[in-house]
Amino acid sequence: MKLSYYPGCTLKNHAKNFEDSTLCSLEHLGIEVEEIPRWNCCGTVFSLATDDLMHHLAPIRNLIRVKESGSDSVMTLCSMCFNTLKAANERMKSQPEDLDKINDFMYRENVKYEGDVKILHLLEILRDEIKFDNLAKKIVKPLNNLKIANYYGCLLVRPKEIGIDDMENPTIMEDLMSVLGADPIDFPYKTECCASYQTVDKPEIVADRAYSILSSATGLGAEMVAVSCPLCAFNLDQRQKRTLEKYPDFKTVPILYFSQLMAIALGCPEESLRFDLHYIDPMPLLKEKKLI
Amino acid sequence: MRVNISKNKIEDPFVLKIQELSGQNLLACYQCGKCSAGCPAVSEMDILPNQIIRYAQLGFKNELLESRSIWICESCFMCNSRCPKGINIAEVIEALRQILLRKRKDHLEVEKMSGDEKEDVPPIALISSMRKFTS
Repeated sequence: MKLSYYPGCTLKNHAKNFEDSTLCSLEHLGIEVEEIPRWNCCGTVFSLATDDLMHHLAPIRNLIRVKESGSDSVMTLCSMCFNTLKAANERMKSQPEDLDKINDFMYRENVKYEGDVKILHLLEILRDEIKFDNLAKKIVKPLNNLKIANYYGCLLVRPKEIGIDDMENPTIMEDLMSVLGADPIDFPYKTECCASYQTVDKPEIVADRAYSILSSATGLGAEMVAVSCPLCAFNLDQRQKRTLEKYPDFKTVPILYFSQLMAIALGCPEESLRFDLHYIDPMPLLKEKKLI
Repeated sequence: MRVNISKNKIEDPFVLKIQELSGQNLLACYQCGKCSAGCPAVSEMDILPNQIIRYAQLGFKNELLESRSIWICESCFMCNSRCPKGINIAEVIEALRQILLRKRKDHLEVEKMSGDEKEDVPPIALISSMRKFTS
């Protein structure tokens, strides 16, 4: 199996741990990954105003790159890229007159876009294409006795037409964690927004939100929280510094990408986990569990 | 609180503009409040999501455009997913932001941020906040 891959802006810096652990895991699963050439930022958020077509150019341009590379589907890791690319594509499919206008603006592109690229999130690919049963066969280090709360945030599951699972009670990450041998912990804040980009100018809101979300997870026995979005990861991990300053009773907790946990279970080397990028060091817990 | 409801306000082009930019029928709302019940940001808001819709129906332009709520909403789509009438409340709030942003009334002053502040946050945060808060 060969996958076309769209990384997006943050996977190459702050979320290198997400990318490296994913690429190593897929290599262990025997899957070839090809990064699409000349990709650009997707814009990170889907343009919601009815008349704002201009901001759909960036995501659609990336889908043209996918077509140029000879593929009809693309894998994303970041939840925001996934949502933006898929929502822009859905709009092109449902409103052909918008698609015509977009193609008019992109007259210098050699390929005309036709709404024909499928946008997939890695979690969907693991569930629907690679299949969890096949993944299970490749596990060399099951994540035994590790209690993980799985945090979806908003853009992986909402809106309904875009989401990869049930938007009120998704279970795809819990299912993956069970396959990896871990004990998934259900918690009520798993689809509650982390306050997203408010982190830039109103980080105190993020600190409050991280307090509610993470305290709920640890209160129910979670030893770590798994995420699938670089902005959720930043807000829930790096912002714990502020949360702790504001709430002295706050119990810190390591935040890992689901791909890092998969990489550990598949026997990927420690370099692919890039724990140097974390604020809360997961190493003590992983050593205690004899996983590193 | 004394509230002045008038035909002039209801027929103000502002109301039509919100409907046009959001693509939503404001009058579909029957004020059940599920949007506000599910919204993770209400503790920071001065006008709750269901009130935003009511104010929009009645053309309360100043109250809406001066509210803190429109800059607090993170477009997480919880309200949209819970609305029994299928109204996309996040799109209505986006329309309100857009009305201001299209007049260059930016909410985020990127030029006042220091290099360290900008480097501290990942690109995904900076780009999305600029997309939502600047013109």
